[in-house]
Amino acid sequence: MIKHFISLEWKSFLRSASFGTNLALKIFMTLGALYFAAMFVGLGIAVYFLIEDAGLKPFETVNKFLIYYFTADLVIRYFLQTTPVLNIKPLTILNIKKNTIVNFVIGKSALSFFNFLHAFFFIPFSIVLVKEGFNPMQVVFWHIGVFSIIYSMNFINVLVNKKDSIFYVVLTIVGGFGLAQYYGWFDVTVYTSPFFQGMYDTSYLFLFPIAALVLLYYFNFKFFKNNLTLDTGLAVKSKEATTENLTFLDQFGTLGTFLKNDIKLLKRNKRSRTTVIMSVVFIFYGLLFFTNSIEAYNNPAMHVFAGIFVSGGFLFTFGQFVPSWDSAYYQLMMSQNIPYREYIKSKWWLMVIGTVVSTILASFYLYFGWHIYLLIVVGAIFNIGVNSHLVMLGGAFVKTPIDLSSSKQAFGNKQAFNMKTMLISLPKLLLPMALYAAGYYIFSPEVGLLFVAGAGVLGFAFRNKVFTMIEKIYKTEKYATISAYKQTN
Amino acid sequence: MIQVNNLSKIYTNGKKVLNIANLEIPKGQSFGLVGNNGAGKTTFFSLLLDLIEPTTGSIKNNEVIVNQSEAWKPFTAAFIDESFLIGYLTAEEYFYFIGDLRGQNKADVDALLKKHEQFFNNEILNNKKYLRDLSKGNMKKVGIIAALIGNPEVVILDEPFANLDPTTVSRLKKIIKELAENPNVTVLVSSHDLVHTVEVCDRIVALNLGEVVKDIQTSPETLKELETFFAV
Repeated sequence: MIKHFISLEWKSFLRSASFGTNLALKIFMTLGALYFAAMFVGLGIAVYFLIEDAGLKPFETVNKFLIYYFTADLVIRYFLQTTPVLNIKPLTILNIKKNTIVNFVIGKSALSFFNFLHAFFFIPFSIVLVKEGFNPMQVVFWHIGVFSIIYSMNFINVLVNKKDSIFYVVLTIVGGFGLAQYYGWFDVTVYTSPFFQGMYDTSYLFLFPIAALVLLYYFNFKFFKNNLTLDTGLAVKSKEATTENLTFLDQFGTLGTFLKNDIKLLKRNKRSRTTVIMSVVFIFYGLLFFTNSIEAYNNPAMHVFAGIFVSGGFLFTFGQFVPSWDSAYYQLMMSQNIPYREYIKSKWWLMVIGTVVSTILASFYLYFGWHIYLLIVVGAIFNIGVNSHLVMLGGAFVKTPIDLSSSKQAFGNKQAFNMKTMLISLPKLLLPMALYAAGYYIFSPEVGLLFVAGAGVLGFAFRNKVFTMIEKIYKTEKYATISAYKQTN
Repeated sequence: MIQVNNLSKIYTNGKKVLNIANLEIPKGQSFGLVGNNGAGKTTFFSLLLDLIEPTTGSIKNNEVIVNQSEAWKPFTAAFIDESFLIGYLTAEEYFYFIGDLRGQNKADVDALLKKHEQFFNNEILNNKKYLRDLSKGNMKKVGIIAALIGNPEVVILDEPFANLDPTTVSRLKKIIKELAENPNVTVLVSSHDLVHTVEVCDRIVALNLGEVVKDIQTSPETLKELETFFAV
């Protein structure tokens, strides 16, 4: 039986839409995975010495922050890791015992990349610990404890994934602890780190996470077994629909019609909501640059880079998939009397609105001074004037159908992150970086800002020309696009 | 109204899926396309809607060559399959969206919906569901009525009878017959079901492996003739 399952999984992996696309993409995906693995290995080796250099006790410090590490892990899992429940629907009526199916589903979630990733960090770290004179036996205990917790997170995620409320309660509590610790009101790590430390110091504390893991496995097993019917666990959740008229957009004619539709698209599909969340995350991305916490990021060119990303998170994540967002009903769009220009314009306006909102939300960067915020503002101008066009131009060639209704998310297990479109975005960042650096070093920082803003305004002048170009691409690529969008996963 | 010249579709693997030398559908006709799976019915409709590119030849819809100009779009409406629905909209939102694109205001759309209230059987409007959560049959109801928005002169329905319950089928036949009575409306319907097609269409064309194998004006004997033909 196991043999069959493994061969099924292997086929579903190899034949998934994103993997089958082309060789270049496969290479990029592999490189991406290797990059993350290498980062974690590097971190696992270096973190000990980094903390030591900072004058702290490495092992104790790691134990102190493990609680946040695990929480962050849970949050990432919650948004990105999916439980592939639907795939087992065809198995339920075959001659396979329920227990076997359930074990298969749970076992499958245990094999996720989200679990393996941690091994890249903790194994090197444990090796360094042993090398630095920690007791090998105790390190192994600690290591087993940590991995039991990681797998517990995996199973907790499976359980809470169905229940949003529990997740947000947990998140609020831990987030509150984090804030409290930051402001020095209350330090939760005082209570948690002795436990993690204890997994090393004693020979029995690591048994608790193992017990928790076993218990969670049991709960998961029970949960799935009880819900292995079409109207419970395998049912596709459907939310009660609300009709929205958004009549204020009527005054914009056809443009308004499309905008109305796009707003509903963003609000009502898990896939597009992830995009919105991502763009909020991008707003905070700038903190890495402007707090001077990372030395390599602390130069003018990198600051513009941050400015572009802070204001353009939505523009990039949404725009790269225009018109793929409409892939599910592209045939309808192509057989209706649709003015392409208005369609493109509506997507453009949506990106402009997204950029403006991001820029306003990012006003807390004023804390770092006017110049920093102006960097974000000129970034926004450049995004609207130049990048919005480039992104849509790139998107016109992207023929990846987007499955809006599925809960598979942007970075889901198999529907991998589209490296190709990320690469297309690179020039969009390099140009403003070069412009700003040129102005900055030759004249002054202010001139650098002017250069970037000027390029944005100049780009805006080409708007209609670019729209005509995109229109042409849509028309010439029409048949190819329709046939590509028909290939669902 | 619709003229087909030398039309063929050959896929890159060399498979010829459609080959129609000549076919003319006059204005006001209700035209039925029957055939087994793979006969080329959906391919023909997709070519007519310019969703795929013909290998040779062309289709003229009201003197507009469909793969050269888009001027056929304002007077042509179609429902091929669920990919013509927007899953995250409610039925009402979808109807208004199509209405907007076809130059109809809310009142026009409401009037049409009112007229087809019986067809919906209280399962479509105000039921707080997105289209993606509807059953196949109800999706079909939405798609068919949406294809009638804006008084199109050419209405194309692919397999409209499939997945519908018996009551709805008989109501749908009434709707199609009503459309067919209008001398300005050309209706094109494809189906596996010979009985239904014969009942609603003036003319039946049977396709087999992409070729026209029968082309008959409907008469009392038509059904028998078709049944014998397909009973192999």
